[in-house]
Amino acid sequence: MNELQLELKMQLEKFCLAKIEPFMEHDDEREEFRMDIFTDLGQLGFCGMTIPETYGGAGLTYQDCAVALEEIAKYSVPYSVTVSVSTMVQSIINDFGTEAQKTTYLPKLTSGEEIGAFCLSESGAGSDASSLKTTAKKAEGGYVLNGTKLWITSGGIAKTYIVMARTGGEGSKGVSAFIVRDGTPGLSFGKKEKKMGWRTSPTREVIFENCFVPEENRLLMEGEGFKVAMAALDKGRITIGAVAVGLSQRALDESVKYSLTRQQFNQAIFEFQGLQFMMADMACEIEASRLLVQEAARLYDLGKPNSKIASFAKLKSTDTAMKVTTDAVQILGGVGYTREYPVERFMRDAKVLQIVEGTNQVQRVVIARQLKKEYTTH
Amino acid sequence: MWFFSDEEKELQNVCRDFAARELAPFAEKHDHDETFNINAFKKMAELGVLGITADPQYGGAGLGATAATIVMEEFGKACAGSTLSYLAHSILCVNNIQNNASDEQKAKYLPKLISGEHIGCMGMSEPEYGSDAVGIQTKAKKEGDHYIINGTKMWITNAQYADVAYVYTRTGEERKNLSTFIVEKGTPGFHAGKPIHKMGMRSSPTGELVFDKARVPASQLVGKEGDSVYHMMKNLDIERITISGISLGIAQACVEQCTKYAMERKQFGKNIGSFQLIQKMLAEMATETEMMRTFLYSIAKQYDNGFRGPSVAAMVKLQLPKMATKIALDAIQLHGGYGYSREFPLERMMRDNKLNEIGAGTNEVMIMIIAKNLLKEMRD
Repeated sequence: MNELQLELKMQLEKFCLAKIEPFMEHDDEREEFRMDIFTDLGQLGFCGMTIPETYGGAGLTYQDCAVALEEIAKYSVPYSVTVSVSTMVQSIINDFGTEAQKTTYLPKLTSGEEIGAFCLSESGAGSDASSLKTTAKKAEGGYVLNGTKLWITSGGIAKTYIVMARTGGEGSKGVSAFIVRDGTPGLSFGKKEKKMGWRTSPTREVIFENCFVPEENRLLMEGEGFKVAMAALDKGRITIGAVAVGLSQRALDESVKYSLTRQQFNQAIFEFQGLQFMMADMACEIEASRLLVQEAARLYDLGKPNSKIASFAKLKSTDTAMKVTTDAVQILGGVGYTREYPVERFMRDAKVLQIVEGTNQVQRVVIARQLKKEYTTH
Repeated sequence: MWFFSDEEKELQNVCRDFAARELAPFAEKHDHDETFNINAFKKMAELGVLGITADPQYGGAGLGATAATIVMEEFGKACAGSTLSYLAHSILCVNNIQNNASDEQKAKYLPKLISGEHIGCMGMSEPEYGSDAVGIQTKAKKEGDHYIINGTKMWITNAQYADVAYVYTRTGEERKNLSTFIVEKGTPGFHAGKPIHKMGMRSSPTGELVFDKARVPASQLVGKEGDSVYHMMKNLDIERITISGISLGIAQACVEQCTKYAMERKQFGKNIGSFQLIQKMLAEMATETEMMRTFLYSIAKQYDNGFRGPSVAAMVKLQLPKMATKIALDAIQLHGGYGYSREFPLERMMRDNKLNEIGAGTNEVMIMIIAKNLLKEMRD
């Protein structure tokens, strides 16, 4: 870690301990999101980390961003994910938007005043995203959107939505991307999903019923939406990986601390080799995950994004998070299973990391596709 | 299983019907609200399973570990939380009284526990003594014709609802000097402490039992003073076998739900069941569930036939909950976003099953027991 990253980490540690940690158990139980935490993070400069300073961003690299998301995730996966998704929306606008789109939408997102959301999945289109059914029909001066998006992180609390809808025929080439603002007539929100974890982060259906979106809200050309979505998922694999590493690190911290103080059979349970091996494996896998995430981010920052490495990072770090958090509950035993200690929440928060931003099955398909390419072109 | 008796097969059928009718429809709500399905518990009495292993003369069914495990599997498929409370009542309380108490004590307590009029629990763990159960520090001291009990029991299933508690205490300084008492609700100085909020098994109440100079008549002592370690260990064997039945039920429910979903869910223009990655998950979870089933019921049958030993029960308890957690995690994964939502029961099953890797002895304690016995056998 360079000096800047150490500085970011220390600043976030202080903030999270004071402003996030005390509320997480309560908010998880009640499924509550606190907008003031998000805006505070924005004021500190963490809501648009990778966006140029011209638009209010911090102009940081993805390597810096990964360090920051890792640190937030140690205290709260939901807030780290909210920041990560909102940042993804901003980078879409920054990478593919016109100057007018950038100046209109970015400042309020980079400042943390508002949240961004990304609408791709539908009830029938999860892993098979390009089969999405939401339509955008050409109309006078714009498009009319119809359809329902499912599992939208920050649905209802976000103000700016990037929406993938079909303007052409079947398949990925018929998809276009749009920017839709909350409050647009015809845009509404379905029920809040009840979930196993990530309970502080609201997930809702986003519904379009004859929702008119002006032409200037389209990103790139018609039919280029899937390109936008795929570029976003490239970054998403890095940021979700960082969240997974932060969560895993916290689970290990709790395990080691507890096992050093808990006495059974007249010694600290840390002294039992069975537990030592578990924690040694945890530490080793976490460091391997962290290095993979950093490598994927480094290649991205260099302008040489590597899809295989990004999938490695997402797959390894999220599988590790699941295993490490499950083991942490095991090491803490009965108290680990209670909600007095945070590790059971970590375990619940970990599971969906294996599902979002491309399930880990899809990551394996991507990796295999790359392998095939490598071994057939040389 | 091919070796089930007709009676066991019949029990399996009635329990399956009961679970579909009385447990499954309410499982999500009780999990969400953290409430106990007392209605279903009372109806278990009508089904005749509250005293599954108890003598018919007290109203029991007079069956063995195999039958009890069948009930756990069938109930566990529908609502693991309710099943855990059922286990605490029928195995940890009723079965322990049946096996260790005097005829007078049995006649006094078993009929009401078996008819569902009373709810039972068992108190072993303490805040500082979990895995190290023999180290417990709740002390019982004789004073005339009473014992004075002081201490706190932790993670007690059914604590807040129990009318009768089967409680382990320390009656001497020597490590193995433990004694058991049957303690009634309303005993002066005895009350249930705060409820414990948990990750899973949320429909099964968990709490503390607090003894603050509790005055318990000497007639409530089970067996002789200081001889409890032996039956504590013996009782743990059947507890470990039967709790593994809950994990089997969860695994079985996951296999059924996943197979159904793999046939219905379409992505990339075909059923996801046609993808080899999904087939691998399905095939592995089905194979593992079948292994769990044959292993568990063989050991249960063996137990009923008198071949007992701490190692085999520990082996079952180590393998089944661990495999079921993996299967439930895979089941969520196979369902993707839907699996993570509370619309499907899979995330609940995973949360519920995690407890089975901790309760009734953690995986790590099972490893200790198995290894200790292996080394001992080699030495002898």
